[in-house]
Amino acid sequence: MSTAIDHPEYNYKVVRQFAIMTVVWGIVGMTAGVFIAAQLAWPALNFDTPWLSFGRLRPLHTNAVIFAFGGSALFATSYFIVQRTCRTRLFSDTLASFTFWGWNTVIVLAAITLPMGLTSTKEYAELEWPIDILVAIVWVAYVVNFLGTLAIRKEKHIYVANWFFAAFMIMIAILYIGNNLAVPVTLTKSYSLYAGTVDAMVQWWWGHNAVGFFLTAGFLGIMYYFVPKQAGRPVYSYRLSIVHFWALISIYVWAGAHHLHYSALPDWAQTSGMVMSLILLAPSWGGMINGMMTLSGAWHKLRTDPILRFLVVSLSFYGMSTFEGPMMAIKTVNALSHNTDWTIGHVHSGALGWVAMVSIGAMYHLIPIMFGRKAGDMYSIALINAHFWLATIGTVFYIVAMWVNGIMQGLMWRAVNADGTLTFSFVESVSASHPGYVGRVIGGALFLTGMLIMAYNVYMTVRAAKKDIAATAIAQA
Amino acid sequence: MRGLGSIFALVAMLAIFWWAYGSSRRKRFEEDGDIPFLEDDDGLPMHGDKDRSK
Repeated sequence: MSTAIDHPEYNYKVVRQFAIMTVVWGIVGMTAGVFIAAQLAWPALNFDTPWLSFGRLRPLHTNAVIFAFGGSALFATSYFIVQRTCRTRLFSDTLASFTFWGWNTVIVLAAITLPMGLTSTKEYAELEWPIDILVAIVWVAYVVNFLGTLAIRKEKHIYVANWFFAAFMIMIAILYIGNNLAVPVTLTKSYSLYAGTVDAMVQWWWGHNAVGFFLTAGFLGIMYYFVPKQAGRPVYSYRLSIVHFWALISIYVWAGAHHLHYSALPDWAQTSGMVMSLILLAPSWGGMINGMMTLSGAWHKLRTDPILRFLVVSLSFYGMSTFEGPMMAIKTVNALSHNTDWTIGHVHSGALGWVAMVSIGAMYHLIPIMFGRKAGDMYSIALINAHFWLATIGTVFYIVAMWVNGIMQGLMWRAVNADGTLTFSFVESVSASHPGYVGRVIGGALFLTGMLIMAYNVYMTVRAAKKDIAATAIAQA
Repeated sequence: MRGLGSIFALVAMLAIFWWAYGSSRRKRFEEDGDIPFLEDDDGLPMHGDKDRSK
């Protein structure tokens, strides 16, 4: 890319690279999602081929959307925000470049090994040990580069977004390495260092904090920079943001046990997981309200600014799913929801509604800056608006389909006749879920269509920016 | 021991509230909230009149 759009002081190259890959991996991961959703509605789509089967493609989808799409968005925004709020260039350009190429190598290796059936079987940690080691090395390079940048900052205070980013990357390093400790048997096969219930608890200590730190703390860092910037006013209460930070990070790590309700996990551990999950509502909503109230006095901007709409609606979905989560962690509610599609609906109200929408809003703000234009100055604002509606309607379609399915499945599974026998066989609940599965495909396809529109809009923005630069160069000559 | 842990957590939380909401730090935190706006939209340093260097 042309050096004419490089910033005199900051490293925008790595931000630009990760920003473009956010869009690319978003489309790849969500296409995989729509395909596996279609497989559940129409099982013939498994084609009797092992590497096209749901069981292998499902981890490919989750890894692609969480780590490839979400990860790229986090790398891009954290590198951008830390430079701008510390008013200094990144600690090391070499490390920055290493994290870009290293991270993308990991993604390609995941895309090859997961369809081959090579997996450690741990959810959101399926990659086998050699790839895990590469992940750990790249991640440590990221942490060193980020904390190094904070250390050489020219601004005396570390802005709250950076606190969230720092907590996210340090905790992910600890959890990812801790959960993936394993005994290698061959190059492509390993066994977890933990056994039985302890293994399950360690897995969900990681699993829930992948949600809490990767998908929440990191994206709250995005929120605390881009919502104020796009709204044109500082965050509603900076002091609330400090309480929000410390409360959120100190409570989240204790909530993972709610994934193991009614399992072999000791009852007291299940109950403490439930209680911590309920307490978690307070900091979650504190943060949500802080983001929302930033718009007080500027609500009218929502009428004309679809980027701000993305950011604010993402906060509404965040509020909704962080209310739903603690409710589902209550054991009596969980007795109905556990193992049903309700859980999938909950995850996607967070993943599509919160994580994807806040990332998309941030990308629409940031990508034009990366190509020498003003913040949010995309090729077409009308297309951003179209994307916004497709994303919102797609998310609602998806979660409503899963709510209906989940509650129906829960009720069918627990229904008993007067003589104590089960009213329904399992396959009857599967058959009854078919309309919901079709609804989910439609919701996912709407969301994906929005991403394709985004890709076109980004392409046209980059093309226009390059033309401008060429024109300026000729004028100067 | 478990009781002590709970008391420690409560005291730590109250200390954070006190630190964040103490009136002597009010102005300072308001200024910290403006950090994203210390630069213009092109990302070029503005070097305003206030010195916020480390």
